[in-house]
Amino acid sequence: MADAGEEEATSVSEPLDLVRLSLDEIVFVKLRGDRELKGRLHAYDSHCNVVLGDVEETIYTIEEDEEGEETVKTIKKQSEMLFVRGDSVVLISPQAPS
Amino acid sequence: MLFFSFFKTLTNHTITVELKNDISIRGTLKSVDQYLNIKLDDITVLDELRYPHLSSVKNIFIRGSVVRYVHLPAAEVDRGLLEDASRREAANQAGKAK
Repeated sequence: MADAGEEEATSVSEPLDLVRLSLDEIVFVKLRGDRELKGRLHAYDSHCNVVLGDVEETIYTIEEDEEGEETVKTIKKQSEMLFVRGDSVVLISPQAPS
Repeated sequence: MLFFSFFKTLTNHTITVELKNDISIRGTLKSVDQYLNIKLDDITVLDELRYPHLSSVKNIFIRGSVVRYVHLPAAEVDRGLLEDASRREAANQAGKAK
């Protein structure tokens, strides 16, 4: 372990290394239940529990009007600091789509 | 273990727990365990009109698995410390796997 020091810090050899390299960067997180988050990654663990700072949450809901037309409605919420339980997480991506 | 320790540092602070059934409960964090089960005191339900079931309840135990988010007091979170702890935990996990 000790002799691998420098390489260990920058290389991607297992999937969660990608998340490690995103620490203190803006990440995009897709969740169960048609929810998405965008915020700065401050912590994560092997369960994909995460803590995000300055988060914007987007919730997609389908609304039906009088004629039975379905439209997708988005709800946006802001949060300063948010813990997200890993079992809701679908994916974590370093490049936040704009 | 990372988030267990992290939540222990937040005991006696006010947090808002959003459950997977969309109920948000605000209260004082009294204790937490390794499963991230949570005990809250002096609770209030954020959307009381929609969820009146808990209006007479003062303190509760929440099973960790039903938590979606925990909204944290940003001032009480040391971002640098969290990021370092995440890297350390990742290194420990990698060490165990080898």
